[in-house]
Amino acid sequence: MLIMENVLLALAGLKSNIMRSLLTMLGIIIGIASVIAIMTVGNSITVMVNTQMQEMGANNLTVGVSAKSTSEETTSSGLHFGAGNRRSMDTEDYITDDMIDSFLEEYSDNIKYTLLSSTVGSGTAIDGDLYAYVNVVGYNEDYMEYNDPEILAGRTFIEKDYENAQKVCIVSNYFVNNMFEGDTSAALGSAVEISINGKYYTYYIVGVYEYDDSTWSSDSTEDTTTDLYIPYDTARTQLHTINDGYESFTLITTIDTDSEEFADTVETYFNTMYYSNNDDYEVSVTSMASMIESMTTMIGTIELALAIIAGISLVVGGIGVMNIMLVSITERTKEIGTRKALGATNGSIRLQFITESVVICIMGGLIGIILGVVLGSVAATYMGYSASVSISAIIIAVAFSMAIGIFFGYYPANKAAKLNPIEALRYE
Amino acid sequence: MAAGDIMLDLRDIHKSFFIGTPNEFEVLHGVNFSVREGEFVSIVGQSGSGKSTLMNIIGALDRPTSGEYTLDGVDIEKAKDHELSILRNKKIGFVFQTYNLIARTNAIKNVELPMMYAGIGRAERNERAKMLLEQVGMTNRMMHNPDELSGGQKQRVAIARAMANDPAIILADEPTGALDSATGRLIMDIFHKLHEEQGKTIVLITHSNELSLETERIITLRDGDIRGESKGQWETIKEDLAC
Repeated sequence: MLIMENVLLALAGLKSNIMRSLLTMLGIIIGIASVIAIMTVGNSITVMVNTQMQEMGANNLTVGVSAKSTSEETTSSGLHFGAGNRRSMDTEDYITDDMIDSFLEEYSDNIKYTLLSSTVGSGTAIDGDLYAYVNVVGYNEDYMEYNDPEILAGRTFIEKDYENAQKVCIVSNYFVNNMFEGDTSAALGSAVEISINGKYYTYYIVGVYEYDDSTWSSDSTEDTTTDLYIPYDTARTQLHTINDGYESFTLITTIDTDSEEFADTVETYFNTMYYSNNDDYEVSVTSMASMIESMTTMIGTIELALAIIAGISLVVGGIGVMNIMLVSITERTKEIGTRKALGATNGSIRLQFITESVVICIMGGLIGIILGVVLGSVAATYMGYSASVSISAIIIAVAFSMAIGIFFGYYPANKAAKLNPIEALRYE
Repeated sequence: MAAGDIMLDLRDIHKSFFIGTPNEFEVLHGVNFSVREGEFVSIVGQSGSGKSTLMNIIGALDRPTSGEYTLDGVDIEKAKDHELSILRNKKIGFVFQTYNLIARTNAIKNVELPMMYAGIGRAERNERAKMLLEQVGMTNRMMHNPDELSGGQKQRVAIARAMANDPAIILADEPTGALDSATGRLIMDIFHKLHEEQGKTIVLITHSNELSLETERIITLRDGDIRGESKGQWETIKEDLAC
């Protein structure tokens, strides 16, 4: 009950000198506001990254060949030492088609798609004055199905295209706009010549897909590089890698499969079946879930570091509160003497001033939270993320400002409590 | 306790300052006196007589260096700090020359303050504070802060506050010292009323002989010793005032 009285008293005190109260609170306000703003931006980025990565697929597993780690050679940060002894990766170390075939046979229930792609390169299609920038990629059947581009005209690849490594391609509507002035029917069946690093490749257009420009917020212009899809084996034939096997490929697991768990299964399968005799390389599997996790951890670490720096201003703010409390106690020496004469114990004087300091800090904290949420939301929105306020940050902020109030209020309050009542009463 | 019992008893009170240093000096040299319940006593002395030091000891703000002081049956010289706080709260009602109302706190809250420290509930506190302010004629100014009150009004609030926990004694230190004579008269009348109607024990500390004559008994203090006791003229003045 005494606490409630003290809170009301402290509020009345704050109200009676608004300018001074605000200046005292300013340090706390700025400190809390910056911490909350940073946490809000960080939280927004985390939420955004998570959703984006989840959209890309939580069922996504990347299977790749990587260097075998041995305890002497690898530090916790993943840096390799003594790499001179290691043989560089060769096509012999790659995952072969046979391995994949037998693996898929074994685990067909768990796998929805096996994504294989091979990039021929980025290049330019030129026809007189007309030109378009393209990125030539070879996709296997699963990849096309998974990627599912919206076909505006013509057709997607058929089995024959994949099997015979036909020199066919599917181009974007942007490409048609640039090369055929938007005439889709003229485009279909035409041959395009693409120049990539001084080499020329010719493909026949069988289909036109709609370029999805919503993924990237930057404005799509005529010069945008769009993907030009070709069958996977066509790309491999042109790159002379048809028999090389794979350094990595991607698996899309079925909905029912726990992708994290399945990642271990895949790893074990390949390593026991095919890589037990390989001294230098093994297969490792990364799930999207674990990538999300490490990404979130990374953002969290950066966020924490920034928040700690901002937190320093909270300490400065706390010192400001302590300073003003000491001034206030000197000004109110006579009041303290009177209270003691009226029967206030040292404890109740101490409580009164600690409460006052806590009230200042919590008021500052609340203003800081509002300011921080507004600032953080504006910043997040400006940076292109949808604002997401961190509730835990707010709770921590309130608790922290209270702690600052107690910590920096204790010394002045104790000083007040220990005043000699006679001297305090005589003080002018 | 029956009326007429000893309320305040000081035996051979000595008070020294700067004990153990070359500057050590004694202010009170063995003061003896007692006050009975319901008495209105004045302690008169010029500045430097040890009046303030004696008041601090009577008010349980300070302990004597030696001697025995009993207030309403409690040995003050043996009490611990927090026990002194409780004693001041429950047994002593202070009235200061400079009023000492708490700033930015209205009259009724000021009167409630000693009751708050005594742990009395909000409703009861409020009710009693209203009643006390009514007794001193401050009903219509209960919600005013001290800076909106005149000197006489502030002192009336201070008297109401002194009465808050129904103390054993009211200790008034130059209560009219900062007031003009008419307002001072009004304040003295309130003390008389409390004394006459409620039988309050009042100790008035003053340098003014004129004021001390209004009490029942006058204790004269000079150079740290009691230099005499005389009967006040209250009985005759009372009749004059009644007219």
